[in-house]
Amino acid sequence: MTIVLAATAATLFAVGTYLVLQRKLSRIIIGLSLLTHGANILMITSGRRGAPPIIGRADPSTFADPLPQALALTAIVITFAVTILLLALGYRSWLLTDDDEVEDDLADRAIARGDILRKEIADQETFMSHEHGDAGP
Amino acid sequence: MTWLVPVPIVVPLIGAALSILAGRSRGVQRTIGVTCLTIVSMASVALLVTVEQGGMIVARAGGWPAQMGIVLVADRFAVVMLVVASLMLLGVLVYAIGEPGAERNHVGFQSAYLILAAGVSGSFLTGDLFNLFVAFEMMLTASYVLMTLGGRNDQVRSGMTYVVISLLASTLFVTAVALIYSATGTVNMADLAGRMAELPPGVRSAFAVLLLVVFGIKAALFPLFFWLPDSYPTAPSPIVAVFAGLLTKVGVYAIIRTQTLFFPPDSRPGTLLLWIAGATMVVGVLGALAQDDVKRILSFTIVSQIGFMVMGLGFFTLAGVAAAVFAMIHHIVVKTTLFLTGGLIEHAGGSSRLTHIGGMVRTTPLLAALFLLPALSLAGVPPLSGFVSKLALVDAGVASQQYAIVGVSLIVSLLALLSMIRIWAGVFWNPAEEETEPAVAAEGAEGRRSGPLLMITPTAILVVSSLAIAAAAGPIYAFSERTAAELLDPTGYVAEVIER
Repeated sequence: MTIVLAATAATLFAVGTYLVLQRKLSRIIIGLSLLTHGANILMITSGRRGAPPIIGRADPSTFADPLPQALALTAIVITFAVTILLLALGYRSWLLTDDDEVEDDLADRAIARGDILRKEIADQETFMSHEHGDAGP
Repeated sequence: MTWLVPVPIVVPLIGAALSILAGRSRGVQRTIGVTCLTIVSMASVALLVTVEQGGMIVARAGGWPAQMGIVLVADRFAVVMLVVASLMLLGVLVYAIGEPGAERNHVGFQSAYLILAAGVSGSFLTGDLFNLFVAFEMMLTASYVLMTLGGRNDQVRSGMTYVVISLLASTLFVTAVALIYSATGTVNMADLAGRMAELPPGVRSAFAVLLLVVFGIKAALFPLFFWLPDSYPTAPSPIVAVFAGLLTKVGVYAIIRTQTLFFPPDSRPGTLLLWIAGATMVVGVLGALAQDDVKRILSFTIVSQIGFMVMGLGFFTLAGVAAAVFAMIHHIVVKTTLFLTGGLIEHAGGSSRLTHIGGMVRTTPLLAALFLLPALSLAGVPPLSGFVSKLALVDAGVASQQYAIVGVSLIVSLLALLSMIRIWAGVFWNPAEEETEPAVAAEGAEGRRSGPLLMITPTAILVVSSLAIAAAAGPIYAFSERTAAELLDPTGYVAEVIER
């Protein structure tokens, strides 16, 4: 049983990591939920399995460990809230740009291209238009 | 005094709930916010005094023993961070109320801000690894909301990076907790300290590095810092001030706490930390030199300064950790102040780009003074607090015979001074190279001179308190040394939490 759970967690981590590395926002969000599922399954696996931990129902030495399950439940609730926030952000991003591609930081790219230096020398207008251009990449 | 320990977590949470209910009246919301944070500040100061006189306080929820129930631990390190953080939160809230922008336009600002405060307090006070995760999440979720409050294109873009990176770090955190629990059977920090020592050294080192990665992402350590300079500059200035002052420092706090408490001296990753510290310092300051926007320069210098704190920890000596604690106190105050002045510059000049503004030393001399003092302090010019913190670090480094990192830190300090001078020259001395757009200039005309009183006053108070840190450097450093002694020898901590 443990080996099945461990294999599931490993698969979820692998698929999640692949999706997080994609360029589309929707894939990243799905990838993150898979990753967190993997972490939660790992959390469940970290406890002992056995009878329901209710005193009087079974011998206490055969009880399952309830703590990791409680921790996993808390983690699931938190991830749930953050995923919803991410989806809302992704939707807003789609409304604003008509695309769910992750954009580059324009100021970063401008500095990497050396636009600032060029402008200081030749006083070109390129940087301004890039900064305020809504068109994106 | 045990009842005092949960106050900094519970009061802001109640305040956040009330604040939502009072959503129709901004006045009531403001009263709730300021009252809650004042109570938190007073409770923190009271805790500091009590802990300093009578030793650490442990609060057990429901009276359960530490291994079973939830514990909150107020020791010297937690309490001093709590005091500095709560005073910053209060000061920035007053500033945010004075600023025309985020706070005025959004019903949820005050609630999210109070939840952030509760999360920060929780991270400092918790004595349980899983509750540290919960407190982190509380803080981060509130910060996601605050960062993307405006819903502008650039905020959504950079907010997305921030949320994805933080969520990834949180997933790694859950993974780390799961692995640690399956290896040791506990998530109580004091209990872990004992059980970790029984593990094979390889497993222990793996946990040390895993926790370092988790908190390194939150603290913006090299090579995990890239999200910070990308996302911070887009948020409104009071919010960035709190993020810059507190969030990364909570990450550093967690690094110092876990590395000193969990791992016995032989498995602490000292050399690794020194390498990371050096790289963080250098990359941060070089990034700062390449930028041409006040907020972006300041964001990169946060990364650089984080390196200094981690360097102090990397020595794992009394002097080193004491210097790291002192650097954290100094840095929280100075960095928050610098971002608040950055906001004032943007307010008065209509932009934060160095090429768009200039000559402000004549138009707003008060602002120039408010910027210059913390900027020089950040760069480590004597006799300001940054000098004391860097002197302590260099002293600790020489005592540990780590000359390479000491040399790197001195060069980085010079470069940090250069980056501050670039802001000074670009904003205050040189004339503007380009005219700002008239629309923006007119918008700022309301408080054209330096800014509204509610924005200036908290900034000025923070500048004065950063000077006070320099004036009281002796007692504060002595306190940092006592804190470091407690951190490096956690037997007292463990005994206090587990026993009784």
